[in-house]
Amino acid sequence: MEYSTDLLNALVLISNYVLIPALSYGSQLALGAVGVTLVFGILRFANFAHGEMMSFGCMVAIFTTWWFQSMGISSGIFPTAILALPFAILITALLAVAIDRSVFSFYRKRRSRPVTFVVASVGVMFMLNGLVRILIGTDEIIFRDGQKFLIKAGAFKKMTGLSEGLALKQTQVLTFVLAVISVLVLFWFLRRTRTGKAMRAFSDNEDLSLLSGINPERVVLVTWIIAASLATLAGVLYGLDKSFKPMVFFHMLLPIFAAAIVGGIGQPLGAILGGYVVAFSEITATYAFKKFIKYVAPGDFVPDGLVQFLTTEYKFAVSFLILVLVLLVRPTGILRGKVL
Amino acid sequence: MKALLGMLNLREGRVLLDGQDISSMSTQQRVAEGMAFVPQNQNVFVTMTVEENLEMGAFLRRDDITETMEQVFDLFPVLKTKRSQIAGELSGGQRQQVAVGRALMTKPTVLMLDEPTAGVSPIVMDELFDRIIEIKRIGIAILMVEQNARQALNIADRGFVLVTGENRFTDTGEALLANEEVRKSFLGG
Repeated sequence: MEYSTDLLNALVLISNYVLIPALSYGSQLALGAVGVTLVFGILRFANFAHGEMMSFGCMVAIFTTWWFQSMGISSGIFPTAILALPFAILITALLAVAIDRSVFSFYRKRRSRPVTFVVASVGVMFMLNGLVRILIGTDEIIFRDGQKFLIKAGAFKKMTGLSEGLALKQTQVLTFVLAVISVLVLFWFLRRTRTGKAMRAFSDNEDLSLLSGINPERVVLVTWIIAASLATLAGVLYGLDKSFKPMVFFHMLLPIFAAAIVGGIGQPLGAILGGYVVAFSEITATYAFKKFIKYVAPGDFVPDGLVQFLTTEYKFAVSFLILVLVLLVRPTGILRGKVL
Repeated sequence: MKALLGMLNLREGRVLLDGQDISSMSTQQRVAEGMAFVPQNQNVFVTMTVEENLEMGAFLRRDDITETMEQVFDLFPVLKTKRSQIAGELSGGQRQQVAVGRALMTKPTVLMLDEPTAGVSPIVMDELFDRIIEIKRIGIAILMVEQNARQALNIADRGFVLVTGENRFTDTGEALLANEEVRKSFLGG
């Protein structure tokens, strides 16, 4: 009997520290990676400014949250930022379209090579990064309100009698649910609507889509609106789950690109898979399994070390490793996307 | 052909469609005016189903497209049985049918084919030529570039023989087939 309790404890432990965090982090990465992959599929360049688009979207959501709070508007147990989301999405989409009109359309008209677009997007990235830091500052901002936990660790222990607690934050559930909903809506849009099909056709074969009378500028416009919406959602969810720091999104660019490439660039479904693959590997590789092994191993065996592959400081190395491995072994990614 | 469609710039001359000068129109406008083009390569959306390929062909149309789609299925019955299959998984000949079908979905007045029989087996080639004659009977003008000169001239009302980019012979298909010089240089005697 005692060993089965041990196993239950191990399961709770691993859920609390690996499964649940990886699911919510993976959802955030997936939302970001879908945006990157869509822009790549349609505009055919890797958009380095995507992380900063998330940052900008999150910033607008924070300002709107503060404004709502000052007026006494809240959404009860949910974070006020959820109410602010539509505004943040609208403004970020406008920004994305404005950037496209002022920067990227110039290079489209000149039929520049993809690498030119990439470098231009690096410029946009620095510009947006600066803009966000000027507007909101460089401090860490926690803008979560409403109910923090759905399940508290202490209450869980009392309820189950286990020695390991399980905490479930509201933001984690919110992240997962909103990510699933938005991805479903996106897929419905791409599969069933006229504009969505036109986007897929344009991504598949640009010349043939022009011959079919598809308007490329409209496809590009819709793509930016979707990418900006997903980026804002991902940014706000990440900010709610952890906190907002302008540089965080700059660092997130690597795991997001890793996710998009692992899944197969240009393939939205692949980007989602890639998001979870990267998140699970990152969190698994940096988790200390000492306690887990203590529970699972028979008898009183306790490992000497922490049984941690990498310390958390090196978590970005995991993304790098996955990226390099995938590019070496299967450059097209899991779902056979385009080769970068 | 790309110049006719506005995908390449004209160096001189004009493009007329039914007597109307369309030289300054964009590719999409020309498609809307009734020009349809089947490129030689990459002429289907390989990640989309047969039915979606046809739908994309009719992208500019706002009216009911089911009737035109039925016509295409009548012309190429194989496509009906494969309508929900991904076009990239089809054989070369079937892909060619999807490509022609997609172009027909706009209800064009001119159908332009760039080497439709390149890379398909002789049996499929004969069948494609039969279908092309059928399309012509519906009342769609066909402009075709073809390396299979004898067979193409056989079904053509008018033939143009281009030599290093210049128009060398222009006549009816029959007359060109009978022309001694054309026979010697291009039809192998």
